[in-house]
Amino acid sequence: MTIELDVERAARGFTLKQYVICWNGIVWREALRFLHQRERFVSALVRPLVWLFIFAAGFRQVLGVSIIPPYQTYVLYEEYITPGLMAMIQLFNGMQSSLTMVYDRETGTMRTLLVSPFPRWFLLTSKLMAGTLVSVLQVYAYLLIAWFWEVQAPPVGYLTVLPALILSGLMLGALGMLISSVIKQLENFSGVMNFVIFPMFFASSALYPLWRVKESSPLLYYVCEFNPFTHATEVIRFALYGEVTWSSLAVVCGCTIVFMVGAIIAYDPARGMLARRGGPGGAT
Amino acid sequence: MNALGRNETQALEVVHVSHRYGARKALDDVSLAVAPSSFTVLLGLNGAGKSTLFSLITRLYGTRSGTIRIFGHDVSREPGAALRLLGVVFQSRALDLDLSVMQNLTYHASLHGIGRPEAASQAAFALARTGLTERARDTVRNLSGGQMRRVEIARALLHRPRLLLLDEPTVGLDINARAEILDHVRRLLTEQNIGVLWATHLIDEVAPGDDVAVLHLGRVLAHGPVTEVVAASGEPDIRTAFAKLTRASAAEPTGKAA
Repeated sequence: MTIELDVERAARGFTLKQYVICWNGIVWREALRFLHQRERFVSALVRPLVWLFIFAAGFRQVLGVSIIPPYQTYVLYEEYITPGLMAMIQLFNGMQSSLTMVYDRETGTMRTLLVSPFPRWFLLTSKLMAGTLVSVLQVYAYLLIAWFWEVQAPPVGYLTVLPALILSGLMLGALGMLISSVIKQLENFSGVMNFVIFPMFFASSALYPLWRVKESSPLLYYVCEFNPFTHATEVIRFALYGEVTWSSLAVVCGCTIVFMVGAIIAYDPARGMLARRGGPGGAT
Repeated sequence: MNALGRNETQALEVVHVSHRYGARKALDDVSLAVAPSSFTVLLGLNGAGKSTLFSLITRLYGTRSGTIRIFGHDVSREPGAALRLLGVVFQSRALDLDLSVMQNLTYHASLHGIGRPEAASQAAFALARTGLTERARDTVRNLSGGQMRRVEIARALLHRPRLLLLDEPTVGLDINARAEILDHVRRLLTEQNIGVLWATHLIDEVAPGDDVAVLHLGRVLAHGPVTEVVAASGEPDIRTAFAKLTRASAAEPTGKAA
């Protein structure tokens, strides 16, 4: 084959089928990595179960939850915090994939992805979707165990919650991706824990209904209302009972777009911060 | 022999490229070219700006001043077309250690829009050429450093690029593995007609028939066939020529922060 032919072929761009091949490849790699990192799966599962088995059991007596939508009767505290824990699994997963991205950037596998001739927005979106699918699998594994613990949603809820999980997974993954473009080094992940995961989780409706928060601190109530994680939790909570909360859904959709666009800009070679910060892993 | 004299499209053209990280200037008006099917050594000490140049060529970040073209395709304006003709071996290891050799290769193929059946046959061919056929199902973690490098080279060639960039590919390898990798890439060049840009700080990796670009503190001090660069310096060989060039540059008052 001559050089001229190859050069011409390269200029023709990719077909839709090739985009599908690329997307499949990225998702397949994420799935393989997930299968190989069994500890990651186990710890992703143990974390919410500790909250469910221990924290919720202990708090059940302290915090009675009155009837608020979507619940039609009094619910046990375990049942109340389950949507929050589902969102927490996705929050951790989103931040963990951002951690892998920083790590990948340092070892070079991220560069392998970014040197692909496909458009960068496509590569990053595919990667985000791959991470989201992994997080959805983790959530269903949790739901299965919760079922045996007698935290059970209406059967149809297990189906209606799927689109909600995909959406919230995308939002939290996009947030992680955005953060990954800003943190420079691996060690800073503990900073992400302290400054992103904990505040987002605690200042939300995951562990307590917001009307109770309002009683004790109106300021904290507003913080919770502005927290996208609250809305992700509520979208999941309603979907689990076959209902929709439109306001939260709008917030989650909006945040997903904003975070994603932000991440794409941050990873854009012409505008992004990668170049200004001294390159990947500080290499020159 | 390369066709630098003819008005032919170069495999790689870097034209007046500068880059700074904040206040520090990493590349200062760098220009160089790699002819199709030629072996060009980018020679420079650590911190010369080799990796920065590679990051710009691979579009990890955008070129702010100057132009980079791969077979005439501007990397900033037609990144897709440019990157399809490019294969890269990065300095840091870029394989998934938990995945098998074959899985790594098919993943890379998909990043270039190459589907399973074609990827599998291409990968089998690439592995046969590198003598790693029997390791295809092994996890990358179990390979030696030299073998990993060979897998990375096989991977970089999987989509049949016309230009191959290698950033210090022999770093961390023992003498035998180093010679083997160098031989391997030189053989590929003649077999497959690809242009190679080989970045290194090891002068003994330069062969008399190569082209060379001497990069020092972000500037190109000399560029051309090795024989010409050596002759122009008035030194007997490339080692002393390199030493003389870099020394002269250090003595020059450039007003740059060290």
